Amino acid sequence: MASAAIETSGLTKVFGRQRAVDALDLNVPEGSVFGFLGPNGSGKTTTIRLLLGLAAATSGEIRMLGEAMPAGVPSVLPRVGALVEGPAIYPFLSGRANLLRLDAADRHAASRTRRERIDAALERVGLGHAADKKAHAYSLGMKQRLGIANALLRPRELLILDEPSNGLDPQGTREVRGLIRSLADDGTTVFVSSHLLSEIEQLCSHVAVMSAGRLVAQGTLDELRHGDQRVTIRTPDAAAARRALAELGLVTEAGSERGAVSASLVDGILPETVTAALVNAGVRVRGIAVAGETLEERFVALTGEGFDVAG
Amino acid sequence: MSRAEAASGRARPFSLLGSELATLFRRRRTIAMLGALALVPILIAIAVRVTSAGGSGRGPAFIGDITQNGLFVAFTALTVSIPLFLPLTVGVVAGDTVAGEANLGTLRYLLIAPAGRLRLLLVKYVAAGVFAVAATLVIVVAGVAIGAALFPIGPVTLLSGDTVGVDGFAVRALLLVAYVSLSLLGLTAIGLFISTLTTVPVGAMAATIVLAAASQIVDALPQLSAVHPWLFTHNWLGFADLLRDPIAWDSFGQNALLQLGYVVVFGALAVGRFTTKDVLS
Repeated sequence: MASAAIETSGLTKVFGRQRAVDALDLNVPEGSVFGFLGPNGSGKTTTIRLLLGLAAATSGEIRMLGEAMPAGVPSVLPRVGALVEGPAIYPFLSGRANLLRLDAADRHAASRTRRERIDAALERVGLGHAADKKAHAYSLGMKQRLGIANALLRPRELLILDEPSNGLDPQGTREVRGLIRSLADDGTTVFVSSHLLSEIEQLCSHVAVMSAGRLVAQGTLDELRHGDQRVTIRTPDAAAARRALAELGLVTEAGSERGAVSASLVDGILPETVTAALVNAGVRVRGIAVAGETLEERFVALTGEGFDVAG
Repeated sequence: MSRAEAASGRARPFSLLGSELATLFRRRRTIAMLGALALVPILIAIAVRVTSAGGSGRGPAFIGDITQNGLFVAFTALTVSIPLFLPLTVGVVAGDTVAGEANLGTLRYLLIAPAGRLRLLLVKYVAAGVFAVAATLVIVVAGVAIGAALFPIGPVTLLSGDTVGVDGFAVRALLLVAYVSLSLLGLTAIGLFISTLTTVPVGAMAATIVLAAASQIVDALPQLSAVHPWLFTHNWLGFADLLRDPIAWDSFGQNALLQLGYVVVFGALAVGRFTTKDVLS
């Protein structure tokens, strides 16, 4: 197993009587694009604040880029770029001056290359033309881009991006996706939180899902998505099909249409194993469909339906 | 550490302070406050010039001397500004230090840069202190300028009866700036501490200014004379000794010690609060 860019054990944050983050064991492999999912209020942003040393954990441990946090803040954070809970700007400064200020705050950032690095970061997020405009005149999307540019002021080993596509138009979302991919190709580990499941699905190699402060799933995207693949067979010989599937150890149920049998593919049983068993049993098959759950279905299954935000 | 250091190249240790000062002094609000302070001597000078009302023996200290010597505009303006205008502007800047960044959300980005909490707090305090010096300096410089423009200037008669030339006056004026700025450092430390308690900058500013007013009120109540020497405002107007020859340094030293005490106590409180605070804004 690759070494971890972020590793937490038993990470817990209690606000008053609420356990905002509850015994989190997160493992973000180095070089991964790690999707961090969860409904509003599930503790994603609080977790990110704990990782970055903005808030102190009630209990538990964090290791980031090989060092214990928050003790390692001075040496670890210069290697980490982050966008936390949306961008924050000085409205009375230009976009460029905003970045100048934040780069000056990093004691290890070389002032000699500051202008150059800032221009490169602004170009990279497509803000070059608006660099000298006062930031209060920026649109939501432009502020978001400025926040991402801040995360890219220096070459980073780890990027922590909280809702990077928030407020961006479809073009902007695509650009950010492309940007994350190119950064990941360069070997940067990217930890990205989002509600946009389709985006995570397109982008991430690994996924973790939070619900009400707890980690309810963690693994590669394929592990998570295909964890519960279903096979549905349309056949005039439903009873025989059920018997054949039962012999494989599958629990069958009536499909949604008449004469259909469906079952969850558990224990790593492959669709081809199922078809072979059906043929051997002489079951006439009209159609067979294998549906991996979409990430969305899996997400809803893990975190619950409806608008009730976990409080 | 090694990788971070390797990547650091030539980093300037004071770049954050430079950035803080640039941000503070380019901000329209700061410029407006300094402009308002400059208006104090200008208004005084114009009022005296238009009415020629000096010498009645009433009104603020030194106002009667202005018609004879324009340089006294600076002293008069400083005396007038100390109880209200200076603590008001310093309270705005000191109250905004941490709470303002928290309110904008930029505090979290400064901290993850990482600026270092202690370093950030120190830079914030130094910048607020620089503002206190600048505010005092603006009043004196504007006072001298408008005084020289509207009135004759010449050798200044000190409180002890001695006379100093313009260069001697310059030295005394700078000493006065130093004294008044120093007087404001305790208030600045209080403002810094209050600013670490909240994410609402206006609240921190108001609380700081209210404390300055309350301290002056307590200082005016003879029944509470036991606490007077401990009030950070107690020596605010005690700069007369600097206008004697030879200069009596007692009040300067006493004030410095008092202000230092406030800086140490409230500085420690601010550090204790800010270095352990969860930044959730």
